[in-house]
Amino acid sequence: MSNKEWPLWEVFIRSKQGLDHKHVGSLHAADAEMAVQNARDVYTRRMEGVSIWVVESKHIHASNPDDAEAFYEPANDKVYRHPTFYDVPDNITHM
Amino acid sequence: MIQTEINHESVREHIQQFSAETRAQLFQYVLQLADTSLMLSHRLAEWCGHGPILEQDIAMSNISLDLLGETRSYFQYAAELEGKGRTEDDLAYLRVATEYKNPLLVEQPNGNFADTILRQFIFDSYHFHFLKELQKSSDKHLAAIAEKSFKEASYHIKWSSEWVIRLGDGTDESHAKMEAAIKNLWQYSGELFMPTETENLLKEAGIAPDLSVLKTQFDEYAANVLKEATLELPEKVFMHKGGKLGIHSEHLGFLLSDLQYMQRTYPGLQW
Repeated sequence: MSNKEWPLWEVFIRSKQGLDHKHVGSLHAADAEMAVQNARDVYTRRMEGVSIWVVESKHIHASNPDDAEAFYEPANDKVYRHPTFYDVPDNITHM
Repeated sequence: MIQTEINHESVREHIQQFSAETRAQLFQYVLQLADTSLMLSHRLAEWCGHGPILEQDIAMSNISLDLLGETRSYFQYAAELEGKGRTEDDLAYLRVATEYKNPLLVEQPNGNFADTILRQFIFDSYHFHFLKELQKSSDKHLAAIAEKSFKEASYHIKWSSEWVIRLGDGTDESHAKMEAAIKNLWQYSGELFMPTETENLLKEAGIAPDLSVLKTQFDEYAANVLKEATLELPEKVFMHKGGKLGIHSEHLGFLLSDLQYMQRTYPGLQW
């Protein structure tokens, strides 16, 4: 019997109200079709979603935590990048 | 999934349209449907915590719960049809082996994963087409149960067919195990399509689907999947029967001792 592990997949689910797919976890599956079915069985048991994306974990490239200072701190003192310096006209709603 | 209580009043009203004779036949028929889903549900639940991988463990538990939901609908209906004050739990838990009317297929032991997959595939290929036809039943209550369960069965058949193809057209080992499973289990597929007297009478009344029609759909569907799975059916298979009449294999007794243990030991126990 071969002991080869099935590859790991990351699962993204879009809820009924949601506009975007959110990462919910990971699972093992032999291929994409099985990954979608497994995701349905593992992650949508309680009506969590109406759409599923799966992507093999090895295809996800992540930033390195060691780079955090260089990556994120330079934004700290650039408050002018937030759109808070504008007066919103009264008849524009939903802002 | 397990659903809420039916509306007893409206079901009681619904069954007034049937003669006492039809009601008695319908009771037998609905019990047979209930027992069929109950036994397979129980078998699949036995995998809980023992599945080959977590994801498939959950998949089998999900299917088990779908079937349990369906079986509850049938038992609740059967209890009303009988009208003797027995509840769905009495019917599910407090009968003896010969009073259960499920076909032999669904009481067969889980065996290995290939056996479970093949048993499920045979059942799903039948169940999917059965529920599709049952939605046209002149009994509106049965048609409504079928409509709800059909969505679930559509997923089940996808799941088990995928697995038959994967295992059949997989490694030499998985192929050999599927061949062995066919040898073990195909002999129980025929009974699904052998009508009992009750099934024939209710077919005439437009309540029960015509099993010969289902058989054609089953054969065609199963042949396509098995071909894709590079699996072959044996030429001549002796088909066992008896379950639908209450004549069971030895396995049912063991299954029932598990299933009924709690109610027999602590009568009336509730969660």
